[in-house]
Amino acid sequence: MATSSSLAIEAHGLVKLFGSVRAVDGIDLAVPPGGVYGFLGPNGAGKTTTIRMLATLLPPDAGTAKVFGQCVVREAKAVRSRVSLTGQFASVDEDLTGIENLVLLARLLGHSWSQARARGMELLEAFGLSEAAARQVKTYSGGMRRRLDIAASIVVTPDLIFLDEPTSGLDPHSRNEVWGIVRALVAQGTTVLLTTQHLEEADHLADRIGIIDRGKIIAEGTAGELKTLSGSGSLHVRLRDPGCRVEAMALLGRHLGVPVTPESDPAGLSTRLDDTERASAALDVLAAAGIQVVSFSFGLPSLDEVFLSLTGNQAEGGANSGGAT
Amino acid sequence: MMDSPRTPDLTLSPALSRHTRPRRPSALSCSLTFFWRVMLKIKHIPEQMFDVVAYPVMFLVLFTYIFGGAIAGSTTEYLQFILPGILAINVIFITIYTGLGILNDIKKGVFDRFRSLPIWQPSFLVGALLGDTVRYAVASILVILLGLAMGFRPDGGTLGVVWATLLLLAFSFCLSWAWISLGLVMRTPESLMAMSMVILFPLSFLTNVLVPVETMPGWLQALVNVNPITHLVAAMRELMFAEPLSASIGWVALSCALLLLVFGPLSVRLYRRKR
Ligand SMILES: Nc1ncnc2c1ncn2[C@@H]1O[C@H](COP(=O)(O)OP(=O)(O)O)[C@@H](O)[C@H]1O
Ligand SMILES: [Mg+2]
Repeated sequence: MATSSSLAIEAHGLVKLFGSVRAVDGIDLAVPPGGVYGFLGPNGAGKTTTIRMLATLLPPDAGTAKVFGQCVVREAKAVRSRVSLTGQFASVDEDLTGIENLVLLARLLGHSWSQARARGMELLEAFGLSEAAARQVKTYSGGMRRRLDIAASIVVTPDLIFLDEPTSGLDPHSRNEVWGIVRALVAQGTTVLLTTQHLEEADHLADRIGIIDRGKIIAEGTAGELKTLSGSGSLHVRLRDPGCRVEAMALLGRHLGVPVTPESDPAGLSTRLDDTERASAALDVLAAAGIQVVSFSFGLPSLDEVFLSLTGNQAEGGANSGGAT
Repeated sequence: MMDSPRTPDLTLSPALSRHTRPRRPSALSCSLTFFWRVMLKIKHIPEQMFDVVAYPVMFLVLFTYIFGGAIAGSTTEYLQFILPGILAINVIFITIYTGLGILNDIKKGVFDRFRSLPIWQPSFLVGALLGDTVRYAVASILVILLGLAMGFRPDGGTLGVVWATLLLLAFSFCLSWAWISLGLVMRTPESLMAMSMVILFPLSFLTNVLVPVETMPGWLQALVNVNPITHLVAAMRELMFAEPLSASIGWVALSCALLLLVFGPLSVRLYRRKR
């Protein structure tokens, strides 16, 4: 484990109250530099509030946080010179053009007018936005806006970048573009902390994931570790004849002694099992009863299922996870 | 398949590796950059200049022709009296929009980004104010040009008019800090607008703008004479008509200093604590 001085983010007992709402309720974090750390949680879990505290925008009500060893409250200016933030809602100026937005930021970071313009054009080029350089951002599509948003965050490449729900509301193509950008950033040595409501996204991008719910981190680890956390795998079975499903479910329930749930596919069913032997026994039971199986799979639970078992709530976005990869 | 053909890593990589940070810009440089942003906004949304153009014209024409005959006997004569005052309250009313603009800006996502930059934070406010001063100047020039067309003939000449306008701009700049403080305290633009009006109406009309102070009852005179706008208008008249300067200009300077000293630091404090 990394020592505290070499951590990108280190937080102890972070708390933020809004009136009586405990938006963030005692969060501990230890994020090593390099790679992507994913904050996964449903709407209102406290992701944005945590990020805003780490980015020095909001003072914590309790607890401490350090970014690259510097306190976000007492050494805010030093922290600000190493991080940048891409907010959840467009953090560029809608009324200005793409190039004007970038020149503005480059100027504020200390570039001369000509350097600022050159850097702006270089970024627009790299992000496929050159043609839209002179257009007001309000005319941009969601995906273009997001790319400009990220470009604005790396006018000077930060050591740590916060991306708050960088793909929410994007179509799959634009989402893939953002994913590509995140990977390229990491390849260049930037540490990324991103939040998402989508299990699939965290699974794809994040080296480590913190699952956050009601202001608390309820589980933390790599995607693989989190999947084993819920303790059991699951068996998915598809029958040839959907008419046999009720019978099959009753049979499996009786023989295995575990609850069996129907899937949305009328011929599909699934059940929780902790070992492969019992999975093959289950298939034997079905074969003995003359129920034909078209396909089956046994695997670790999806992050969806992990979330369900940890919180008892269905995570948002769970319904459409498992989409394009 | 995973990475879109439009953003291949090959073109991205060099653009992503600019880790060297230029020297931190000065407070002045940041303020001017934010001023540039306000100018860009005017360029892209010229409609926002509507109030700056419409109100002055309306005020000047209405007041001159409605009250002129009754109060001064002739509209041209009344124009000589009323123009400096109308100019002053026009610009002072426009100062409300400074607080409004900042309140609206702060609610947007881009504000978070500015706040997470390692810059002298209040430069955002200074830049906004410098930008608004341009709006005040546009309104002033409009009123003066229209006044000249209507028959305004100041004895102080161009120089007198310029000095009077600069005095007004300086006072408005200082007064704007009060609206910024208010804008940072109020939650909605509506409540800010209502509050500003409640303060500004009596402040603008309990003055010597429309009629000479001597025509008022004694108790009202006392009230009108402590109003900084009365002194501002008196000083502007003196400058425009090349009259000997009274103590009014000193009172204006004092009000400016007080406004700046109280609301400058207060705005900065409130701004730093925002959200
Ligand atoms: N400025 C605020 N004032 C009051 N309540 C807030 C504010 N910001 C967030 N909250 C509340 O704090 C909780 C966490 O919000 P947030 O951090 O935005 O969650 P997430 O980003 O995970 O969706 C929510 O209950 C939200 O309503
Ligand atoms: Mg959020």
